[in-house]
Amino acid sequence: MDSSVKSFWAGVRAEFPLLVGVFPFGLIYGALALGVGLSAAAAQSMSSILFAGSAQLIAAQLIRDAAPGFIIVLTIAVVNLRHMLYSASVAPYIADLPARWKTLLAYLLTDEAYAATIIHYEKTGVTPAGHWFFFGAGLALWTTWQISSALGIFFGALLPASWPIDFAVPLTFIAMVVPVLKDRPALAAALSAGAVALLANGLPFKLGLILAAVVGIFIGAILERRR
Amino acid sequence: MNIWLVMLLGGALTFAMRLSFIYLFGRLSIPETVKRALRFVPPAVLSAIVAPALFLPDGALDLGPDNFRLIAGAVAILAAWRTKNMLVTILSGMAALLILMWAAGTV
Repeated sequence: MDSSVKSFWAGVRAEFPLLVGVFPFGLIYGALALGVGLSAAAAQSMSSILFAGSAQLIAAQLIRDAAPGFIIVLTIAVVNLRHMLYSASVAPYIADLPARWKTLLAYLLTDEAYAATIIHYEKTGVTPAGHWFFFGAGLALWTTWQISSALGIFFGALLPASWPIDFAVPLTFIAMVVPVLKDRPALAAALSAGAVALLANGLPFKLGLILAAVVGIFIGAILERRR
Repeated sequence: MNIWLVMLLGGALTFAMRLSFIYLFGRLSIPETVKRALRFVPPAVLSAIVAPALFLPDGALDLGPDNFRLIAGAVAILAAWRTKNMLVTILSGMAALLILMWAAGTV
């Protein structure tokens, strides 16, 4: 078999265990995007335009709370800042590729694609077909995300309107946050951000959310420095 | 702002961040301080969204027993802490809320 094809499928296979976790997440996103009032077309488009699970859930929650657009965009930017780290981390392995490959792989650079790809790169270093592995992992995730969002949109429409499906957003975030609270700086970041978000809830334009995030990140960073 | 414009701007920013260092490789690197601080983005941002959703379900502070979302949220936090499993956490929180609402006759 051609080494690029082989590398592609190795990437798809490496991504597989991660897809099991992503699939229900996509279902939840699709169902609640309709629940907050997005059209099916907008909900599905967001999965390919933004293509970032937690940012999409946050956007849905802020749309539900009628936050102004610039706050939603700003919040999306803050939660997606971590992608710059991934970008810096994979950059040396794909530095010699043509621009169209870099563009394509950058679009596919999600948490899950990064996780599978960087493990591979750290094992093999730069290889002639290495970018096909990245592409395989990224495309497998992209396809799963589109299908699971679509199924969520389809089945979400069948749920009774009185069901509190919007509550899936805070629940998903609880599931994401609690396991990362492994040390005091992280716990302090979470608690201080939560407290500021409550105190500053009355600020206009949902600015309390941005303020809370900044305070939480700052407190976490300061405490870590002291250790 | 129109929802499509929000999506396009948010998507463009996200793509720009994903491309940033791939594009700028060798010309720029991330300062160590910023790298370390980024670890706190998820707990800070997500908690800032969770706290009002649990404590201020209708916009005002509600610590009473009729704040079902706070109770269901506490169930989910416990489930997340014990199992570290995303699906179990979401399902137990949602089940708790549905049971409370059903008992109160609101679902």
